[in-house]
Amino acid sequence: MVPLSYYLLLSGFLFACGVAGFLIKRNIITIFMSIELMLNGVNLSFVAFAAHWHALAGQIFVFFVMVVAAAESAVGLAIIIAVYRTRETLNVDQVNLLKL
Amino acid sequence: MSFHLILFLLFGAVSVGGAINLLAQRHPINSALSLIAVMAALAGDYLLLGAEFVAAVQLIVYAGAIMVLFVFVIMLLNAGVEEETKGSRVAILVGVPGMLIGGVLVAWVVLRRSGTEAVPIGAMPGHPIDIAQLLFHDFLLPFEVTSILILIAIMGAVVLASKPESAAGKVE
Repeated sequence: MVPLSYYLLLSGFLFACGVAGFLIKRNIITIFMSIELMLNGVNLSFVAFAAHWHALAGQIFVFFVMVVAAAESAVGLAIIIAVYRTRETLNVDQVNLLKL
Repeated sequence: MSFHLILFLLFGAVSVGGAINLLAQRHPINSALSLIAVMAALAGDYLLLGAEFVAAVQLIVYAGAIMVLFVFVIMLLNAGVEEETKGSRVAILVGVPGMLIGGVLVAWVVLRRSGTEAVPIGAMPGHPIDIAQLLFHDFLLPFEVTSILILIAIMGAVVLASKPESAAGKVE
């Protein structure tokens, strides 16, 4: 038996790592991966609560989160490719103008 | 120490190490590989929680499809080592202690509020039949709406990633 709080702490730690990566990383792809890490942390708490309350709907929410994450990563990576094509850089510090 | 707890600690250690490694690595491909390790360890955690379907989808969709997309883009754009930038001193001086205090507070509250509760492992109806019943009956409308979302995302990705007309004409 593993207490629910352990899962919640792991989930919170993963989310915090995602936030930290989002803030301190300078590569736009790594920033995007940090967002995925945050989504994974939230998914873990969804599944842990679903198991805790015996509510299967939590797993369905995880499924929807995964679908939306897939759509988001497809569009986001396309945006990254478009940004790289116009700016020739992946460093977010150099992407500071809305219009070239 | 029960076997479940040992397995949880194992998977938890892998995911925590992978998450820290994602932050520590300077090359995006190393970060991507450590993120795959985090996702695989989380799939193990989902199995411990009795969510077989979610564990399988996690491996197939997240660790498989999405991360392949990431690795593909990293290789396509030939992303190199991240450049060092100077962070502000105030952020480190205030942020690190603040984060530590916040983390300890959250951990204390979570452990105190639900320390005695235990997740009954394997006692939950995570069978694919139950999932399908829920997904295609109770959540049918959201399911259909997500299919439209995926369609829009596909079109958006194609439009965004394709070369602009004028630029393509100039190159050729």
